[in-house]
Amino acid sequence: MKRLGSSLTLVVLVGILLGVLWNFGVPSGVDAAEPYKIGAVFSITGPASFLGEPEKKTAEMVVAAVNKQGGINGHPIELIVADDESDATKCNLAVKKLIKKDEVPVIIGPSTSGNSMAVVSVAEESRVPLISCAASYKIVTPIESRQWVFKVAGSDSHVVEKLFDYMKAKGIQKLAIMTVSDGFGASGREELLRLAPEYNITIVADERYGPQDTDLSPQLTKIRGAQPQAIVNWSTGPTQILAVKNWHDLGMTSIPLYQSHGFGSKKNIPLAGPAAEGVLLALARVNIGPILPDTQSQKKVIMEYTKAYEEQFKEPISSFGGHAWDATSLAIAALKAVGPDPAKIRDFLEKTQGFVGMHGIFNFSPKDHNGLSKNDLEMVVVQKGDWALAP
Amino acid sequence: MGDMLQYSVSGLTVGVIYALVAIGYNVIYNVTEIINFAQGEFVMLGGLCAVFLVGTLHLPISVAFFASILAVGVIGFMMERFVIRQARDVTVLSLIIITIAISILLKGTAMFCWGKDPYSLPPFSPGGPILIGGAAIQRQAFWVVGVSALVVICLTAFFRRSIYGKAMLACADNPNAARMAGIPVRQMVLLSFVLSGAVGAAAGVIITPISLMEYDRGAMLGLKGFGAAVLGGLGQFHGALVAGALLGLAESFCAGYLSSGYKDAVALVLLLLALFFKPEGLFGSKEAAGLKKF
Amino acid sequence: MGKRNWGIFLGTLVIIAVFPWLVKPVKAISHYLDVMVFAGIFSLVSIGLSMLMGYAGQVSLAQAAFFGIGAYTSGILTSRLGFNPWAAMPVGILASMLVAWLLGIPALRLKGHYLAMATLGFGVIVTIILNEEVQWTGGPSGMGDIPSLSVAGVKVTSEMGYYYVVWSMVFLALLFCFHVLHSRVGRALRAIHEEEMAAEAMGVPTARFKIQVFVLGAAFAALAGSLYTHYVTFLNPASFNLMWSIRFLLMVMVGGMQSLWGALLGTVLMTFVGNEWLHVFAEFEILVYGAILLVVALLLPKGLVSLISLGGSPRKVRVPLTDGSS
Repeated sequence: MKRLGSSLTLVVLVGILLGVLWNFGVPSGVDAAEPYKIGAVFSITGPASFLGEPEKKTAEMVVAAVNKQGGINGHPIELIVADDESDATKCNLAVKKLIKKDEVPVIIGPSTSGNSMAVVSVAEESRVPLISCAASYKIVTPIESRQWVFKVAGSDSHVVEKLFDYMKAKGIQKLAIMTVSDGFGASGREELLRLAPEYNITIVADERYGPQDTDLSPQLTKIRGAQPQAIVNWSTGPTQILAVKNWHDLGMTSIPLYQSHGFGSKKNIPLAGPAAEGVLLALARVNIGPILPDTQSQKKVIMEYTKAYEEQFKEPISSFGGHAWDATSLAIAALKAVGPDPAKIRDFLEKTQGFVGMHGIFNFSPKDHNGLSKNDLEMVVVQKGDWALAP
Repeated sequence: MGDMLQYSVSGLTVGVIYALVAIGYNVIYNVTEIINFAQGEFVMLGGLCAVFLVGTLHLPISVAFFASILAVGVIGFMMERFVIRQARDVTVLSLIIITIAISILLKGTAMFCWGKDPYSLPPFSPGGPILIGGAAIQRQAFWVVGVSALVVICLTAFFRRSIYGKAMLACADNPNAARMAGIPVRQMVLLSFVLSGAVGAAAGVIITPISLMEYDRGAMLGLKGFGAAVLGGLGQFHGALVAGALLGLAESFCAGYLSSGYKDAVALVLLLLALFFKPEGLFGSKEAAGLKKF
Repeated sequence: MGKRNWGIFLGTLVIIAVFPWLVKPVKAISHYLDVMVFAGIFSLVSIGLSMLMGYAGQVSLAQAAFFGIGAYTSGILTSRLGFNPWAAMPVGILASMLVAWLLGIPALRLKGHYLAMATLGFGVIVTIILNEEVQWTGGPSGMGDIPSLSVAGVKVTSEMGYYYVVWSMVFLALLFCFHVLHSRVGRALRAIHEEEMAAEAMGVPTARFKIQVFVLGAAFAALAGSLYTHYVTFLNPASFNLMWSIRFLLMVMVGGMQSLWGALLGTVLMTFVGNEWLHVFAEFEILVYGAILLVVALLLPKGLVSLISLGGSPRKVRVPLTDGSS
């Protein structure tokens, strides 16, 4: 039995070794023109997979469409996707591998702010442009040490400003906030607390909860006691659904509930059920293609993306896939203009103005590697199980 | 006053789930003295199976409940029969690693079958929450407490009255003596895993309408459930119940009155205190704990 | 140290020393250097854990927490209080040792599953604290822009430089451990491992030695944490959670608990497996990872070194005192 065990283990290990060697040995095929490579790192598995999955699908879809049209100036695009498993160490290694082994001239991703921060120094040192799909402003600030890093997601500060503009117009002065204790929630909380005084809004309750929590009634009950005029919940994943359900069940619907843009996926509405009626949020226009006025400049590309994605993947689009669309399209535009030279791509990106994307109209500059503002967002309300522009 | 009631209700509801998870640990521990680190995944699988049966196959919830329990019981069966039984070096460490590996495999498989999204189940009985004394109690909460009570009653009856149950307890006390008395120890071990899977699945199905279920819920539930098991005394069913409820209440009150951020630490601090000062748990006995292998 | 051990030591030293020069020219595996840097950092943790588990027979699921204490102490002192990284490192190590000592006193009276749970619980509490104390740690968003190490005034930022720094530490740690193992302390540890009650009956102060090894393990983990911090220059609590503690445990188990070389082998292998070789399986990676664990735990409970018979004399990993049946 012991011999069997040892031999079996040896077989398993040899199998893995063969798999590894096969990975190296597979020829990439003979191409007429050399492929242009685009590297991508997404959190396809792990807690942030709800970001990485649609991002990966979108990136692959965009690249396939361009390749079908003959590629970039005759060069096919080779998209090399790596999964960082929502882990900073693996992300760091993945980016290094893309730069060293695959020698990509540009990298898209990562999906999360934490992982982006873990690879900022790698991009700067290796002098390869990185287009992050994550939101934290720290990814592109301070600009002096972020020369090679860009991001295509709107900052949380933009979302909060949009929410507060709306609330100020409605005369809201006492606000309760509840945030999840992960990177996403922490970033939102920071901005909410920082910007509230500028709008004469007092935060009367500041509750936090874990991403795996199964019940938010204690936090909501505490909030109810503080008698706010509105509540902001900032989370993603099941807790944002729970917040809506618990808010409804506790009979607190007279206090308007605002969600973060993390709620921006159509899948969330049926999950929250009828409780979602009346919930408000600030969304990027990618989510609300069908209800945009035809005069909106982004509508055409958004509708094209929406149709193509929903047809190919049989699921509604989400905000996050939109980030990948923006990043991939920008990378492709750069490659088209200047070819696979990292420094030239970086310069091109920095000069890009008026780029119509999913999440807004990008206006990059040497001082602004994000290119978006609060005007790239719309206030949306859930009505009859669907999005509607908020009055 | 309404607030305290609200916190108590939330705390009890989630506490009962911890108790069920703890009972799952206890069932296996009682017979084999193994701690099954994959216990939390049983809960997750129960919930997701029910989601599949109700959401995709459109079966009524009562059928889905029993079918899910059966399905996860089968998974428990396979786990013992094909994996645990093959473990050659029965050290604490090996078993910990093996059950951890199984939990990774179960989680990975769930990820493939159901994806990474959270899923919901309709509540067992329709209707909004019931307002009592300023607190809103979801109808499903009554189901949670009710079904759990039923599970505990059935299990206790099984272990006290049924010949199988008593045989299982004999195995835990002294496997060699049990064998000599003609008890098929192997079968009992198998049965314990099946039961444990069933209990875990029941917890999963009843909690999903309230708090949704996704593929990676297992770990946290397993951890807190284990805390309840140790707190109540490993192997003591009533201990598990009381400890689970206490844990849920402590968490809820901490979130309500102290800091919602440190809520998760409550369960762990209590666990550590129990381990340091009273490792036999609230209801265990020191001598019995000292005699145990692990 | 025995002749065979010296042989292995020197052999490994040579392989590690020339490794970068072997992989650099080959583009397909040039990034293996980066993986090896992390493998080296993790080896420090697993060597400490191996001393605790393999030689003293105590299980710990808290190594990632000590890793984190070292990492965050270094990070906070250098990026917020302007310490020199080399000055911050000992502070982190001492902090970790102190915490380990305080935890060890009550915890090491426990055995088996109970000890595992106590260390597990402690580890998760540390993660929660790292998450909650946003003022100091940056909370879940993490803490960035941490300065890198400099040796003799030169900033060590290249992989090659870091590689040599890290692996020098690993070999120093190995030397230290072998010295301990061949001393009175080492013999006492082995006695405790074999049969704790007998050792105590013989007058070995078991509690004191167990705590000392526990503290040693924490020290190594903290050192590794500091090295990690200055390499990645960004920290977030998720890199120090329970899953990582489990990974360190697995690295030691897969390699073979009974020998330090086992820990080293297991760590390097598992780091490559987890970060590199399984990528070919893409989405199936997590399943393959779980399957490998299962296979090794079931069929090779003594770890891989038992295949190569590199380990020292076979050690009985027995469970503490009996039940009534034997």
